[in-house]
Amino acid sequence: MNSIRVLWNGVIKENPTFVLLLGMCPTLGTTSSALNGMSMGLATMAVLVFSNLIISLIKNLIPDMVRIPSFIVVIASLVTILQMLIKAFAPDIDKSLGLFIPLIVVNCIILGRAEAFAAKNGPVSSVMDGIGMGLGFTLGLTLLGATRELLGTGKIFSFGVFPENYGALVFVLAPGAFICLGYLIAIINKIKG
Amino acid sequence: MKKLESTWYNMAVVLTLIAIVAGAALAYVNSLTEGPIKAIAKANEAAAIKAVLCADDVSVKDTKTIGEGDAAATVYLTDKGAAVKTSDPGNRSFGGGLVIMVGLDNEFHVLGYSILTSNETPGLGAKAGEWFQKDGKGSIIGKTAGGLMVSKDGGEIDAITASTITSRAFLNAVNNAQAAFMAVKGQSDMTGATSLNDKNVRKEVCDE
Amino acid sequence: MAYILIFITAIFVNNIVLSQFLGICPFLGVSKKVDTALGMGAAVAFVLTLATIVTYLIQVYVLETLHLEYLQTIAFILVIAALVQMVEIVLKKVSPALYQALGVFLPLITTNCCILGVAILVAQGTYNSQGLEPNLLTGVVYAISTALGFALALVIFAGIREHLSMSNIPRGMQGMAIALVTAGLLAMAFMGFSGVDSGLAKALGL
Repeated sequence: MNSIRVLWNGVIKENPTFVLLLGMCPTLGTTSSALNGMSMGLATMAVLVFSNLIISLIKNLIPDMVRIPSFIVVIASLVTILQMLIKAFAPDIDKSLGLFIPLIVVNCIILGRAEAFAAKNGPVSSVMDGIGMGLGFTLGLTLLGATRELLGTGKIFSFGVFPENYGALVFVLAPGAFICLGYLIAIINKIKG
Repeated sequence: MKKLESTWYNMAVVLTLIAIVAGAALAYVNSLTEGPIKAIAKANEAAAIKAVLCADDVSVKDTKTIGEGDAAATVYLTDKGAAVKTSDPGNRSFGGGLVIMVGLDNEFHVLGYSILTSNETPGLGAKAGEWFQKDGKGSIIGKTAGGLMVSKDGGEIDAITASTITSRAFLNAVNNAQAAFMAVKGQSDMTGATSLNDKNVRKEVCDE
Repeated sequence: MAYILIFITAIFVNNIVLSQFLGICPFLGVSKKVDTALGMGAAVAFVLTLATIVTYLIQVYVLETLHLEYLQTIAFILVIAALVQMVEIVLKKVSPALYQALGVFLPLITTNCCILGVAILVAQGTYNSQGLEPNLLTGVVYAISTALGFALALVIFAGIREHLSMSNIPRGMQGMAIALVTAGLLAMAFMGFSGVDSGLAKALGL
């Protein structure tokens, strides 16, 4: 499979947020603003790329029966490393994402791609798949975050678009997350026809 | 390369190896990041102390922890007054887990405050970060901490619009800071700490 | 009395699914029928309580005593995965009836983030313990209440979706889109409980 097509597949055709509906907890929980959504997306992408790379490299060393536990150990280690790095060098992100950083471990996208793609393909296309899926996820989260931030506070990336008084606070709160994502999916369904 | 067979021996060896490599990698990264994480915590604390005391140059003379459970407070005694880190006793804030730092002068006037952690509603309770500041609608700066209450409860502070619960919890925490400082003050010598009434103090720093 | 407050707050005020966003995958995935929702809810309640106890003990007696806090995530997820396997095996032997009811859902639970999420919250003591010192007992009360809140949200949502499947929905909104909007409305309904906890605290004289 050619690399560009793998990349395209992740970003558009099998977009994890809008098409595959994977990783819904961080998708809804961290998108109270565009920036938060994007940070979460990038953090997940980092783990995804490295887990895909490592798993595609060591796939032949792992006996089938202990495949899942081995993958989980690899993913959990990567997440912990990421968590420590974020805490040390980007404490603001740690503050806004909080509990959702260790929960990247149980994000179905990562184990799902390890199992469905990295365990069967070489390192190069696995990395491309990780970048594609990660970009797709980041795109989804940023879009949802931007929509909620705009409707809720009148800003995008903290940049005022219309006066704050017109914001409908509910979109920043829990219900707005569900409703925004619902309508975004409906719009995408409509476009795809 | 051929895939390894799923024999007991292979499985045990592979799993152990992965666990060892993972553990070693984590221990290494942990040792790398431990320093910066602690430094950040310390820098944040120092910055918060400076901010709530409205001073550029603060030297902490003594640190005391007082009280138990969620009434516990850490009092930093400095040459510019006391900075008190506290939560609201009883945990009555909207989302729970409110932690603030309050700067008090020797006569318990509020010099400044800063919200360290909060889980308040974005856009409502989360406004507490600005609401009670000098130019906010419910300014507590310069007021005497101790019996601060929202106007709904007969006090003089205007609560944040639609967030009375957060406001009550916040003032509760401020009052707890005063109580903690008073308790500490009884035990230690506070010469050098200044009062807001002293004209020579950092008024100009605060006003800027 | 504070335990009652933890209980009510975790179920209604800070509902794990509708306001904390944990456990969304099963919430959206296993909510087409009330029966399966009940089974999933029960399985989660069972595993969540057990997992919280075990991970709390590991945190306090292994990780903290050996200063290995950085292994938290890795240790917890492995413990949860192993626990789910063990529960499955034990249930199969001890109570085939219960296994029949919950068995299908057990493998799905490992990747349910509300289990790992609650385990981490309890281990760190950063949940709302209503003024009590966070310890094993308050942690377990919190875990059970959270699980009940999860089950409640799941069953209500499944009930609504059963009715939804009989109505005429515009094409673009079919499937997940309408489900998410419904969940949003449900979350809005649960927001009505906010503030109940502090009123109740007053009523109970805390």
